[in-house]
Amino acid sequence: MAEIVLDKVSKRYPDGALAVQEVNLEIADGEFIILVGPSGCGKSTTLNMIAGLEDITEGELRIGGQRVNEKAPKDRDIAMVFQSYALYPHMTVKENMAFPLRLAKVDNATVERKVSEAAEILDLTQHLERKPSNLSGGQRQRVAMGRAIVRNPKAFLMDEPLSNLDAKLRVQMRTSVSRLQKQLGTTTVYVTHDQTEAMTLGDRVVVMRGGVVQQIGAPQFLYEHPANLFVAGFIGSPSMNFVPATLENGSLRSVLGDCTLTDRVRQLVEGADAPREVIMGIRPEHFEDAALVDAAVLAAGGKFTSQVDVLESMGSDKYAYFNLTGEQAASAELQELAADAGSDDVPGDGISLVTRLSSASGAVEGASADIWFDADKVQLFDPSSGRNLTYTER
Amino acid sequence: MAGIGGAETTGKRVGWGLLNAVVVIYALFPVLWIVSLSFKSSKTLADGNFIPREWSFENYQNIFSTTEFTRALINSIGIALIATAIAVVFGTMAAYAIARLDFPGKNLLVGVSLLIAMFPQVSLVSPLFEIERSLGLFDTWPGLILPYITFALPLAIYTLSAFFREIPWELEKAAKMDGATPGQAFRRVIAPLAAPGVFTTAILVFIFCWNDFLFAISLTSTEQSRTVPVALSFFTGSSQFEDPAGSIAAAAVVITIPIILFVLFFQRRIVAGLTSGAVKG
Repeated sequence: MAEIVLDKVSKRYPDGALAVQEVNLEIADGEFIILVGPSGCGKSTTLNMIAGLEDITEGELRIGGQRVNEKAPKDRDIAMVFQSYALYPHMTVKENMAFPLRLAKVDNATVERKVSEAAEILDLTQHLERKPSNLSGGQRQRVAMGRAIVRNPKAFLMDEPLSNLDAKLRVQMRTSVSRLQKQLGTTTVYVTHDQTEAMTLGDRVVVMRGGVVQQIGAPQFLYEHPANLFVAGFIGSPSMNFVPATLENGSLRSVLGDCTLTDRVRQLVEGADAPREVIMGIRPEHFEDAALVDAAVLAAGGKFTSQVDVLESMGSDKYAYFNLTGEQAASAELQELAADAGSDDVPGDGISLVTRLSSASGAVEGASADIWFDADKVQLFDPSSGRNLTYTER
Repeated sequence: MAGIGGAETTGKRVGWGLLNAVVVIYALFPVLWIVSLSFKSSKTLADGNFIPREWSFENYQNIFSTTEFTRALINSIGIALIATAIAVVFGTMAAYAIARLDFPGKNLLVGVSLLIAMFPQVSLVSPLFEIERSLGLFDTWPGLILPYITFALPLAIYTLSAFFREIPWELEKAAKMDGATPGQAFRRVIAPLAAPGVFTTAILVFIFCWNDFLFAISLTSTEQSRTVPVALSFFTGSSQFEDPAGSIAAAAVVITIPIILFVLFFQRRIVAGLTSGAVKG
């Protein structure tokens, strides 16, 4: 058990590529922290540097107050769970889990006790004598976890531990990982590219892009107050809608219709010295079928009418998809997000919009619908820098 | 091919059976012929019968009655085993480095070892002969072991590095995280997984050393270090006019046995798919 401090940690490869740039991060004792970002954002490199599998080019890494930059992985007393589980195929489950203890020259009785304890926690007791090749994916994953927990390390590092499991099992394992971490109270650094895991698991989330930390905060905070376009687009599923818009005398003009900014938003925008042309971001749940909104509330938002492209009824809600004519919001960050999602080569002109409507909505696929959105929930971004113009700490 | 006709038809099965039989007969007939020859007595040696009319162990008694063959057999086994052991140990280390590390001169090393493997051995025999004579290695065990290692190493490195590349690197990282030193990670995780590759390589290298004739005949002159393939060529009949074919056949059968034993022994260890279960599901 220990806190982990990354002090301006950078990683530069011999070919000059900068994989991680000046990461500052203080992980408290017992905290569950998530590193998230698209592939190639440096999250795994950061994890490997904490593990000691990659050298730190610049900066200092402290575990439990001690500088460990020069220490070999075995001297850092941290355990790691790999994406591929990396179980030793020539050893049984028991031998796999006992391996760290054997290396530490722990006496036999203690090894037996600790392995059976871990097996108990992970429900592996009846599989102890089997080889990894005879186990299912979920069981292998648990063995990998078991190997990490047997020796009570200072910290757990997990590198996308659930990404090889099928969807249903992943949800199940996600809750058990979370429960296990709470139970053991061990500092955990968890790398994932899955924003759902990031939202549900961690105490705090670190969003990374191109080796640079974009924002650090509690999941809910990142969702409500993204620092920039990238975080806004990355966190949330379905993701935030982005539409180019123009600021004019306290009102916002876009293909979603004109709306007056609320006082709260206007103050923030004025304080941020906003340009005229902005990107407007609005989450799917901040839309509603205009017919279901009170007249008084209706005025405090924008309204547009368009044909429903696709309507998905989820029972509790309805997702209505629109395709509006107009220029797409353009920014480097949005392009990167689209590339990561694999949607950058999906053909289609115009702005695609996802809205979550109440199940009482009478919207019909192919027919026109009146849609309202909450002007107070609008987030505005600077298209050139990606900065959130409406960012606030509260 | 199952997709074409659905279930396998009888005709197809018979066809394949015949084809297999032809291949097996073609491959094994010379071997059987030698075995048959070795059991014939000197009188019936040239009678042209495939199955000996009278079985005799005369030839076997002959080759084991003098030291000429037994001594050569000891030489062969000793030299091949030592050369194999050394080549496999060095080959394992080199192949591991090549598969895992990026060090300066890596491509050069691979290139040079490939070059050695391609070099026609016959062109090296004369210089080797001179070198070994001046170094006092001529007609000694080390005098054969050294060139065998030299030519077996590239083979060993190539086969082994292919096996090492198959082993997921994450296993080694996992071992390091579990508290292993690089040496422990290699001994307790990597080496056991590379065992099939090591055994395969050992078989190949052993066969190469065992079968070599060129170096053995050029770099030896007496029974002291002459190996079996060379000793065979020095066989003579009991008189000048007698054909040593029977003795040669018997010796050929005898020297096939260690190879078969060697392969059978190690084959059990070459279990395909040993690494399955290490990663993913």
